[in-house]
Amino acid sequence: MMPLNRTCKEVAALVVAREDRALPLADRVALRIHMTICDTCTRFERQILSMKNSMQQWRNYTGSDSTKDGGS
Amino acid sequence: MEQDVADLREYLLKFARLQLRNTTWAEDAVSETILAALTKPQAFESRSQLKTWLVGILKHKIVDALRHHSREVSGLETSEDDQTDPLELISFKADGHFTEAPAEWGNPENHASSHQFFEVLEACVNQLPAAQGRLFLMREWLELSCDEICKELELTSTNLYVQLHRARLRLRECLELHWFMTGSKT
Repeated sequence: MMPLNRTCKEVAALVVAREDRALPLADRVALRIHMTICDTCTRFERQILSMKNSMQQWRNYTGSDSTKDGGS
Repeated sequence: MEQDVADLREYLLKFARLQLRNTTWAEDAVSETILAALTKPQAFESRSQLKTWLVGILKHKIVDALRHHSREVSGLETSEDDQTDPLELISFKADGHFTEAPAEWGNPENHASSHQFFEVLEACVNQLPAAQGRLFLMREWLELSCDEICKELELTSTNLYVQLHRARLRLRECLELHWFMTGSKT
């Protein structure tokens, strides 16, 4: 088995793990290779990025009046 | 300013409850926040600036509370959280490929500013098992590093990573179900 082959399941786990820890080089390379050939995992990765993005916007929103007034 | 601060109590409580998942701790943290704010009153041009300032104080009080209750916070001894890996909830074929492609979520810029989306997001976070929810928000709301969280709660990094992994996958699942597939996005 090629050391850089990863299944979609393994890739999904890595994409999630990347939010909290730095991945080893071999995993980063394997991830990149997998993404060039797999649309499904690319889509999953976009979801995780979109979630990160949403959390950031929520963080900003918690400290401001971006929409309705939560206080009264 | 006293009145403005008091008016924002409910607003602060919402986030304190979400992060602490314990009503008593949340009320204490908010009371301490209001007390701190009133002993050091400052002038603000807008209510929004006042909110930002108060949320900043609240976050410090919440970190204190989390540290103080560290043993209960990471709650690894509770059986409330089942031990399945949420990745198992996603269906994969025997060869490791997705059985069904994840949904296309579209451009987050289009929805993430809407109040409605944040309500669903908060509900999904609140549905996480308590320990997972706390750890997840420590990362995503308090913006603590994994090292800081492990230190504050005397948690091993392995434990933390497992909890965060589960939290993120569950949240993804919940958002997909309750937001992206309901057609409520604009």
